Amino acid sequence: MEKIEDKNQQPEEEQVVNPWEVSAKDGGKIDYDKLIDKFGCQRLDQPFVDRVQRLTSRPPHVFLRRGVFFAHRDFNDILDAYERGEKFYLYTGRGPSSEALHLGHLIPFMFTKYLQDAFKVPLVIQLTDDEKCMWKNLSVEESQRLARENAKDIIACGFDISKTFIFSDFDYVGGAFYKNMVKVAKCVTYNKVVGIFGFTGEDHIGKVSFPPVQAVPSFPSSFPHLFSGKDYLRCLIPCAIDQDPYFRMTRDVAPRIGYHKPALIESLFFPALQGENGKMSASDPNSAIYVTDSAKDIKYKVNKHAFTGGQESIEKHRQYGANLEVDIPIKYLSFFLEDDAELEHIKKEYGAGRMLTGEVKKRLTEVLTELVERHRRARAAVTDEMVDAFMAVRPLPNMFD
Amino acid sequence: MHLKLLLLPSFISALTLKLIDTMGYSKDQLLARLKELQIEFSQYEHPVVLTVEAQAKYVGNMGGVLSKNLFLKDKKHRYYVVSALADTEVDLKVLSQRLGLGKGGLRMAPEEALGEILQVPLGCVTPFAVINESARHVSLLLDQGFKTQKCCIFHPLSNNMSIFLNAQGLDKFLKSVGRNPSYIDLEANPPVGKDQPPDLAAFVPSDSPVLSDLPEKAPPSQDSTGKSVGAATNSAAVTAKAVKPSGNAQNVKEKPVDSVRPSIPAADAGKFVEELLDRASALLLSEISEDSIKQHGGQLGDEVANNIKKCLREDLKNLATIFKNTAYTEGFYAGTRYQPKRH
Repeated sequence: MEKIEDKNQQPEEEQVVNPWEVSAKDGGKIDYDKLIDKFGCQRLDQPFVDRVQRLTSRPPHVFLRRGVFFAHRDFNDILDAYERGEKFYLYTGRGPSSEALHLGHLIPFMFTKYLQDAFKVPLVIQLTDDEKCMWKNLSVEESQRLARENAKDIIACGFDISKTFIFSDFDYVGGAFYKNMVKVAKCVTYNKVVGIFGFTGEDHIGKVSFPPVQAVPSFPSSFPHLFSGKDYLRCLIPCAIDQDPYFRMTRDVAPRIGYHKPALIESLFFPALQGENGKMSASDPNSAIYVTDSAKDIKYKVNKHAFTGGQESIEKHRQYGANLEVDIPIKYLSFFLEDDAELEHIKKEYGAGRMLTGEVKKRLTEVLTELVERHRRARAAVTDEMVDAFMAVRPLPNMFD
Repeated sequence: MHLKLLLLPSFISALTLKLIDTMGYSKDQLLARLKELQIEFSQYEHPVVLTVEAQAKYVGNMGGVLSKNLFLKDKKHRYYVVSALADTEVDLKVLSQRLGLGKGGLRMAPEEALGEILQVPLGCVTPFAVINESARHVSLLLDQGFKTQKCCIFHPLSNNMSIFLNAQGLDKFLKSVGRNPSYIDLEANPPVGKDQPPDLAAFVPSDSPVLSDLPEKAPPSQDSTGKSVGAATNSAAVTAKAVKPSGNAQNVKEKPVDSVRPSIPAADAGKFVEELLDRASALLLSEISEDSIKQHGGQLGDEVANNIKKCLREDLKNLATIFKNTAYTEGFYAGTRYQPKRH
């Protein structure tokens, strides 16, 4: 039995990580080692990355190389099965709470696209419009509308329509999906779900009964139009580590209802521009780079709002070098600068004080602008009809090609 | 003789202006459309009126409820039509906050915008103006008060007539032009703060307006209003829309026949290949210079070929995926509307 975190036992000073709240101890940095330990998942180390490279015959994604996706559950089982010729499918999702997507939101999707291309496997993407309707008190129509708008940005990440099924809960829940929801729900007591998610007597019953909705896309029988007859198809879930509680619950239930446990591959949190201690917030446009930002906006935000580890004066900087631990431009570059050699060079020079903050920021601005511009072009090509096609309940005959 | 010659040029320029304005629907076209859709409505002609009060004099006692219609604009040049029962209190400051635009984010739109975007005359703001392609990005906010009225009164694209219909009829019309009718409590004043997101944020238009004639002030990035959502009016966004790799075969439609949906961009193989070739040749040219020739000599071919593959591989794959997705969508659209063979 895996450790299921009991939220009620958390003392006040500890860091808090769950689907609705992420905060570090004493306003400091998130301790990922502690998190892995507490959650009971595994580190994704270099041998794994090498194995992925061997199996897929292509360079591993920059997020793997830089340790952005750093933890997993049973990813080795997925790779073992893949080596034997057994396929799997990918499952990821988004809670459409706002129209403005920032780069942090794109990270799981960028990685999932790489996984789809590298392993040649199908993907289901869940838009939890019902969750946002309940937690953020949006109207049903608004949450559905946001789901469709977010779908466009997701599609712009480059998913292959012949291998991808996007669905919104309001549209899709029912039939086989709902049957699995009930099966899961029967296996989780009220006390257990309160322990995992911290619900109180004041929370409405919608919230309490939501977790199965996010659990069942892990089971292929939830998608009879896609995986009929493939009940033993494995599932791999790329997500940020704060989603782990849902899937710990799912993995606990799976064997009891005769399904494979889904595997997970988990990422760090993307830091806010103002630094690790800052929070990215939808009401502060300067805390993040949005996919709708212009080149000018990006330059402004990086120059004026990115928290740096550079010293206060040029002389001091030349003498002591930059503090790479807290420097946001370096962190962002480690997410988005493809060239390993160039990143190493920048880190070395900046850390030694030979390169100035301005130069690092300039390079970051270039990289981010190119990324955002590419995304915008792709987004411009996404029409409502394309969204309809991605979201249509249809067979995907070529999903493993 | 002279008088006639003087009058002629102005008459001709007025006529020309009318011809240029082919994209705007006329009142008669709208009425014909309503009849086509089998929407129950009645109409009443009267002298031109510019205000609700004036309109009330003619149609106030006919059993329907008058509407007041505002055409608004925010700081990022996004437009809104607010259509409410004449008695509903509409507080622009509250509305602005509920939309996430901050306290003073909404103003009355300038007169020119009325003609350019809604294509209706002064005093004639009406929800029916969204039938025009030019109004595609205008957000429509409807008073929930309409839903309980037997009969609501609007202008049908000109102010010498009023039409009477109920909310269901309005809904049917709106759906026919690709809009999802959504009614809100315009008098509500919910708190907006860190933990209470603006409840009408979904009504802020997400697409950048395609019109670039309107003067664009570069918005300062330190916008204190809630969200820096979507509709950037800067040129980068407009260019991005224009440079679609999959091309847009029939971009300009004269008169939308069944709905005002944007045309499905064609997966244009020619344009796609041109885009690929452009990128490859740009990279090729940048790779070949005096220095690189000196450096690699006869091996330059291999070197350049490898570099091109390395640099372009992901980019071109992305372009190809967009092309594939577009072609699939075209096929899907056609497939869902195909008529099975009659046997």
